[in-house]
Amino acid sequence: MEELGWLGILGRMALRFVPVWAGLALILGLGWRARARLGPAGRLFGSWAGLSGLTLVLFWVLTALFADLIATHDPLAQLSGLKNAVPGSPAPGSSYPVYLLGGDSLARDCFSRMVVGARRVLAIAPAATLCALAVGMLLGLPAGFVGGRLDAALSFLANLVLAFPVILLFYLLVTPEIRQTALPRTVAAVLFLMPLLFLVLLWHSRFRTRAGPWALGLAAILGPGLWIWAGLALDADPSGLWRLEPGLLTVFVAVVFVNAPTAFRIVRGLALDLRHRDYVAAARTRGEGPWFIMLWEILPNARGPLIVDACLRVGYTTILLGTLGFFGLGVSPESPDWGSTINDGRRFLAIYPHAAVVPALALLSLVLGLNLLADALRTEARHD
Amino acid sequence: MRVAAILLRRLGALLATALCLSLLVFWLTHLPPNLEKLAKSQGSARMSDAEVASWLERSGFDRPVPVLYGEWLGLLPKAGCGRCGVVQGDWGQSTVFRQPVAEVLGRSLAATGWLMLWVMVVMVPTALALGVLAGMREGSRTDRAISVATILTAATPEYVSGVVLVALFASATAGLSPLLHETGWIEGRTLFQGTASGAMNGITFWNFALPVVTVALYGTGYVARITRAAMADAMTQPYVRTARLKGASQSRIVLVHALRNALVAPVTVILLQLPWLLNGVVIVETLFAYKGFGWTLVQAAGNNDIELLLGCATVAVTLVLATQGLSDLAYRALNPRLRAR
Repeated sequence: MEELGWLGILGRMALRFVPVWAGLALILGLGWRARARLGPAGRLFGSWAGLSGLTLVLFWVLTALFADLIATHDPLAQLSGLKNAVPGSPAPGSSYPVYLLGGDSLARDCFSRMVVGARRVLAIAPAATLCALAVGMLLGLPAGFVGGRLDAALSFLANLVLAFPVILLFYLLVTPEIRQTALPRTVAAVLFLMPLLFLVLLWHSRFRTRAGPWALGLAAILGPGLWIWAGLALDADPSGLWRLEPGLLTVFVAVVFVNAPTAFRIVRGLALDLRHRDYVAAARTRGEGPWFIMLWEILPNARGPLIVDACLRVGYTTILLGTLGFFGLGVSPESPDWGSTINDGRRFLAIYPHAAVVPALALLSLVLGLNLLADALRTEARHD
Repeated sequence: MRVAAILLRRLGALLATALCLSLLVFWLTHLPPNLEKLAKSQGSARMSDAEVASWLERSGFDRPVPVLYGEWLGLLPKAGCGRCGVVQGDWGQSTVFRQPVAEVLGRSLAATGWLMLWVMVVMVPTALALGVLAGMREGSRTDRAISVATILTAATPEYVSGVVLVALFASATAGLSPLLHETGWIEGRTLFQGTASGAMNGITFWNFALPVVTVALYGTGYVARITRAAMADAMTQPYVRTARLKGASQSRIVLVHALRNALVAPVTVILLQLPWLLNGVVIVETLFAYKGFGWTLVQAAGNNDIELLLGCATVAVTLVLATQGLSDLAYRALNPRLRAR
């Protein structure tokens, strides 16, 4: 088989992505038909930026889901003779006749690594964002709502972390030496407890006067919650279902740690802004507790800016994960995540640029999609 | 009187933050596994646990961290030299470069200073011009085009734009260079140089353009978006309407009436951008092998050079805190509403 031209490469790639195209057509088609009933989310279909952002993000989400179907080779398999092979090089005697986007410096298939890398990135970034937002809400709401000493102390702590150059923090937190200490596990134990605490407070503040649903809900939250928490943070899940490898845990902790103070600042600002509204005063007069007001009155009214922030934050987290990989602090040197792949590829950048450019463009398009989506959502919110 | 009190309180908070952060960094770098690695790199790689312990004892690392921190800071007397620490200007010795830390830091900061200077020269005028052009007429075609461009650059971290720029302009096998070389437009194999290590001896357009553009790109988009929002807001203010009714020309309205008020937010943001630029600088200096502050930081952290890393951290944190204070002051000075009070 001969070396493929660019037209052939693009054609074959389009064929590999068939499951993604089908999924995209299905989701966007259904969304388009139901756009009138979807509210603000439906109006995304009306704006050029919103639609392209949605398409880009969905593309990568679906790619991550169907990664096993799309990838042409094992992302770790090395084929002799295909070291730094140019895009479209024939790969005889393997699961697919061509290396669509060439080979990297260890003769692995760039295309498959990019596709499998999407799964890595999209598994970590949204989860870390949610965790950071939970920390931000749990600390930011009281800081803005109560104010005073509490606010001063929490803001000082947040500014402390914010004054830290991110890369220095990464180098201090994500080294093999730190992994030997109890530090990542301790920080993880505290950070992972936050989402659980958030859910508990959410339920408790609403149903504390009705014993039946209160106990039932708390049991439903705490049972699986503590199980997952013990497994992920403490590595103490007896069934072994929930566990994070130590490297991944450190990366996750570092990313949440960097994100949490900015999330805190945003939530605090929103709470500060909304605490003098009429519905807050009405709830106070009804005799509601502070947590009920914060979680069931202020938070729902702050959802617009928070959704926009979450979109931007997933993108920013993706960039942070890439930064970690770029400095070789990622999960493992073998990992196909985009940052590590860029780091691998940059050594031969001037001669064989494809190995670094492919994951770079993938990362760029995902973050671009998220930013476009956030921008469109913000514009929609302003028109309301 | 009140201004002085505010300044004093700010200064106090800054000092407290700096102390907390340096203590945190000190503690993280002096965790047992780091010290063990230091002992093995200074002694031999095959030291037994007992040998490591005795090495640490001989070097004085077995004492409690607060004592070590006090000595490093220069508040507690150190064996051999009385009080000598960071406060007295003694930053210790780098194990990687085998030079005093102050010397290494001075050299690398000078190199990074040039990079930052050119980034600012490129970034600030471009960002302000783009932002004003876009915000002048909100919703126009220019506005939408600039918005898309700025969203694109804000979605491009330095390690992505750097890789793409090198592939486009400084690769002998891809992008523009082979084309230009074949047609005889350029002498060398590539248009720009893919590394900036030559720039340590003399900065030229060809070895410095790519690193500067790579750092500037991200910040430009961000500052332009802030400027655009501030400008669009200023254009809807009553004083602009008054000026328009008075018969002032569009250029006079934009440049005289709106721009001054619209510049408050961008100036604060540009100052706050400095710490983020620091991030970009670390990435770009690593990518282009430019031996500045960021490169030094990576070397120090990668080789467990504790005293150099502490020095880098002190400089970086001071820089961030100083810019935060400065931007606060600039905001007060530029905003007439805060100045009047």
